[in-house]
Amino acid sequence: MQVPAYVEYEKATSVDHALTLLARFGPEARVLAGGHSLIPMMKLRLAQPETLIDINGLTGLSYIEVTDGELRIGAMTRHAQLLDSAVAGQRFAILHDAERVIADPVVRLWGTVGGSLCQADPSEDLSAAFAALKATMVIQNLTGTRTVHAREFHTGPYETVVAPGELLTEIRIAIVPGGGSAYQKVGRRVGDWPIGAAGAAIWLDNGSDSGTIADAGIGLTAVGAEHFSAAAAEDFLRGAPATQETFARAGQIAAEHCRPVSDQRGPADYKRHLAGELTARALGAALARATGAGPLPPVQRSPGQRSPGSPRPRRGGS
Amino acid sequence: MSPVSDHLPNGPYGPVPRKEDARFVRGRGTFVDDIKLPGMLHGAVLRSPLAHARIVSIDTAAAEAHPSVEAVITGDMLAGRNLAWMPTLSADVQAVLATDKVRFQGQEVAFVVARDRYSARDAIELITVEYEPLPPVIDARTALDPDAAVIRDDLPGKADNRIFDWAAGDREATDAVFAAADVVVDCDMLYPRVHPAPLETCGVVADMDHVSGRLTVWATTQAPHAHRTLYALITGLPEHKIRVVSPDVGGGFGNKVPIYPGYLCAIVGSILTGRPVKWVEDRSENLMSTSFARDYHMHGEIAATRDGKILGLRAKVLADHGAFNGAAQPTKFPAGFFHIFTGSYDLQAAYCEVTGVYTNKAPGGVAYSCSFRITEAVYLVERMVDLLARELGMDAAGLRMQNLLRPEQFPYTCPTGWVYDSGDYPRALRAAMDLAGYEDLRREQTARRERGEYMGIGVSFFTEGVGAGPRKQMDILGLGMADGADLRIYPTGKAVLSVSCQTQGQGHETTFAQIVAAELGLSPDDVEVVHGDTDRTPFGLGTYGSRSTAVSGAAAVVAARKARERARIVAAAMMEVSADDLEWTEGAWRVRGDPEQAASIAAIAMAAHSGLDLPDGVEGHLDTETVYNPPNLTFPFGAYICVTDVDPGTGQVAVRRFIAVDDCGVRINPMIVEGQVHGGLADGIGMALMQAIAFDADGNCLGGSFMDYLLPSAVECPSWELGATVTPSPHHPIGAKGIGESATVGSPAAVVNSVIDALAPLGVRHADMPLTPAAVWSAIQGRPLRSDLAITD
Ligand SMILES: Cc1cc2nc3c(=O)[nH]c(=O)nc-3n(C[C@H](O)[C@H](O)[C@H](O)COP(=O)(O)OP(=O)(O)OC[C@H]3O[C@@H](n4cnc5c(N)ncnc54)[C@H](O)[C@@H]3O)c2cc1C
Repeated sequence: MQVPAYVEYEKATSVDHALTLLARFGPEARVLAGGHSLIPMMKLRLAQPETLIDINGLTGLSYIEVTDGELRIGAMTRHAQLLDSAVAGQRFAILHDAERVIADPVVRLWGTVGGSLCQADPSEDLSAAFAALKATMVIQNLTGTRTVHAREFHTGPYETVVAPGELLTEIRIAIVPGGGSAYQKVGRRVGDWPIGAAGAAIWLDNGSDSGTIADAGIGLTAVGAEHFSAAAAEDFLRGAPATQETFARAGQIAAEHCRPVSDQRGPADYKRHLAGELTARALGAALARATGAGPLPPVQRSPGQRSPGSPRPRRGGS
Repeated sequence: MSPVSDHLPNGPYGPVPRKEDARFVRGRGTFVDDIKLPGMLHGAVLRSPLAHARIVSIDTAAAEAHPSVEAVITGDMLAGRNLAWMPTLSADVQAVLATDKVRFQGQEVAFVVARDRYSARDAIELITVEYEPLPPVIDARTALDPDAAVIRDDLPGKADNRIFDWAAGDREATDAVFAAADVVVDCDMLYPRVHPAPLETCGVVADMDHVSGRLTVWATTQAPHAHRTLYALITGLPEHKIRVVSPDVGGGFGNKVPIYPGYLCAIVGSILTGRPVKWVEDRSENLMSTSFARDYHMHGEIAATRDGKILGLRAKVLADHGAFNGAAQPTKFPAGFFHIFTGSYDLQAAYCEVTGVYTNKAPGGVAYSCSFRITEAVYLVERMVDLLARELGMDAAGLRMQNLLRPEQFPYTCPTGWVYDSGDYPRALRAAMDLAGYEDLRREQTARRERGEYMGIGVSFFTEGVGAGPRKQMDILGLGMADGADLRIYPTGKAVLSVSCQTQGQGHETTFAQIVAAELGLSPDDVEVVHGDTDRTPFGLGTYGSRSTAVSGAAAVVAARKARERARIVAAAMMEVSADDLEWTEGAWRVRGDPEQAASIAAIAMAAHSGLDLPDGVEGHLDTETVYNPPNLTFPFGAYICVTDVDPGTGQVAVRRFIAVDDCGVRINPMIVEGQVHGGLADGIGMALMQAIAFDADGNCLGGSFMDYLLPSAVECPSWELGATVTPSPHHPIGAKGIGESATVGSPAAVVNSVIDALAPLGVRHADMPLTPAAVWSAIQGRPLRSDLAITD
């Protein structure tokens, strides 16, 4: 058994209470959400906070709703809730694609959307998904709230703009018609962190059958992409025809602009290749969803996932 | 076709539910970490962060000052008691706590004993060690370079990193066969370092009672009796004052055969404090410091005629043993049973050479259900046969069928001297092909290839040699590998069998009860199996190498048959007939020609304990004991077929089907046998697709958690399709062979052969395990070989 170092524990009962506790205990205090990143780090003694401020009682931060043309997700929403949410899945299938391949059911039942984003692990799937969707993060402190674009949220590996004394409270995604989205991930095993993954969202001009891309968002995970995104590839896509050739080229551009590092999951050149391949595949899947066109391209299978002969139940959503 | 259900035996043999499951499914098992003794203290190990460094100084003052710390133990303190080094199971020595140098990352440097686990761990951080880094030797292929640092300068006169050179087979005959052959195919392949990763890590509770002079050690051990002897030899405590108890064990796979430094530290801690000391390692400690498996760099060559007759096999192996030679195997076999590498084929000559080297990595080598390195041997020959099939343009199954040993060749002496006891290999391969629908699969593959889809069909056939072993040839540290069994039959006809082997999940409490029940006409419920406590069981070498049923199981049969013979005499006295007039039928001694006149074991047992007048020399009671010295190994075999689908764009592999036909002789409990096969097949998928204990160039272990060292899940495993053939062992008293490791031994080659088969249209000939998406993609790019190191650009 790995055992953490000594730590104080406080249970917050409201957002204000949590913020007050954070102010009182200072920069060595850490918020405890699902704990699926923080507790393992504490057990390995890679993190040794002096105080844990448990925000699991803040049930008011656990919601998924459509308000003012936006999908709004409370920071304490569990992965499993997002995966179960028909509203989220219908609007942004990428979220269900991503959630389906994050960790395992046990982790998903407890880990939170907010915790994932604040952990800012370069391999965190939701960071790329929200980057592709060009989401906005709502951050609260004792003096009020501010919003930050998803692409300005992460300042580096394991670093975000959320300052000591602040909480991430909500994620907002604008609902724009004519859109489709998808997420493709390759791991070494089910529940594995990604070797590389790509998310894509595209919005077509004048609705679904023009064939011209009005806007696109690309999110990249674990491949050293700046802000989990691929801005140059998005620029290339804007105004281009939505074809496989375009997507392949966008994948190449995305691959060129990322800076993967070699590790035991794979060498850098493989990860770069994956960035391109998965970007192109995700764009293709996103287009199919945007146009509602017939059968989806074959969904990426992770190693050992059930073969065609043995169907697995799939959750709803497009 | 031979589906398993055709082989369900009757009577006490059969798929009876496992007795041990009642406590496990209720959470009522007792594992080492469940043991709590009054006044018990807790230990923690300080480990080296460096792979190779000289220890300049160790300062323990701050740790000793910690209010909850009872003792801090260092190598120097142990040296004062002559305990700084301990013997390994391969006649080497291993540091208990480092005194001079650290030789691998994770090596034990100091041990803290504190009042609770948290304080022990906190105090570890208060110890300051000053290291002077030395150049590490990480890649085994550089270990023998003239300028490589000498790792084992503790050994007198040691000037290089060579451990042994060992060879088997006939070199000249093999060279001649190769020189005359039409076709020779060769290949380099690495069987990477993997780890058995039992879900329960290793641990111990040591309790030295200074008043009685007795030491009790509860430990995660697969070999309690061997451990007792080792503790006596190492500590100098008298062996009759040492009791080793192996309670419930959560998986062993060879990981729990050796003695680890933490065990000895806990014992010393208990001696010093006079209180029980518990030490249970965490997951990272288990993965980084305890017995790994494999790490064989192999070069294989196979010779054949143009029409596919295999003639000869040659192998050259560089074996990475880590910093201490701690491989657990019969002493006379430094490369284990690797030289059974001719496998299941009828060939003329074979020769192999193995060189063992030290590197700055954790010690071990023989573990993970490897049947003493037969895993490596089977992988080599099965890859080579596939490569030959490719070269000759022949079907992989067809080439095997053509070369398999034929039933009439048994008992068969292979070119390196093993005597295979029994087998019908073509029947097993045909059964697997029928279960798979092999010919249809090949047709499907052709159609898919035309559509640009990559489907692979991999075949492997294996022969194992298990049940070590004949004591003349096989010993561990001088202890011959025979097993005792002790059977008591109580007056009411209930029996208790005591055996030396130790279940780690194999279901001995059920299987062994079935064995005795079948011999004595009892129900398995009437037989209790005692194991895992040296005070309550006869001596024997433990459970690994699939030896329990083959050796201890045979001992149980012999003990039961002895009791049955004694019962015959008692029955004769009871029924006032001559013992010669009795015959054992339908679970009772019956008067020949008058089967109504009969006595069951229960009735006889009561009489045997009564005042009944017995013939001279017959002592009464039915208790018996025996020591079983196996005349030979048993040789289980099997045919495996694996179907995969590969996505060349991402390198992902999906195992679609896995067909396994196993022949382990007579199946006592077919359900348990199937469970063993299921587990081993999952192991095989793990090794083939995702597992490696990898290192960076500095010797940092990159497989120290389950985030990096992956165990396969149900998602990666297809629904296993099992079949069976039954070819009894002629020399085992009930014809059984071992099954514990068959699937682990046989399955990795089937998976790899399948992936390579899928990639054949892309020109891929070989790729080393684990075939992660990155490795598959790299192979497609023409870079099939992994380096010894994990990270290569
Ligand atoms: C076995 C396993 C496998 C996993 N696999 C994957 C995977 O494949 N892909 C993937 O993306 N993730 C994976 N994860 C990570 C998982 O998604 C995250 O651990 C988890 O969701 C983080 O959320 P949490 O609620 O557990 O955060 P916590 O561990 O509680 O917190 C993480 C960090 O965020 C801070 N924090 C949390 N909430 C807030 C907030 N509202 N405001 C400010 N700071 C906050 C905490 O102080 C802490 O520093 C895996 C985790 C495990 C254990």
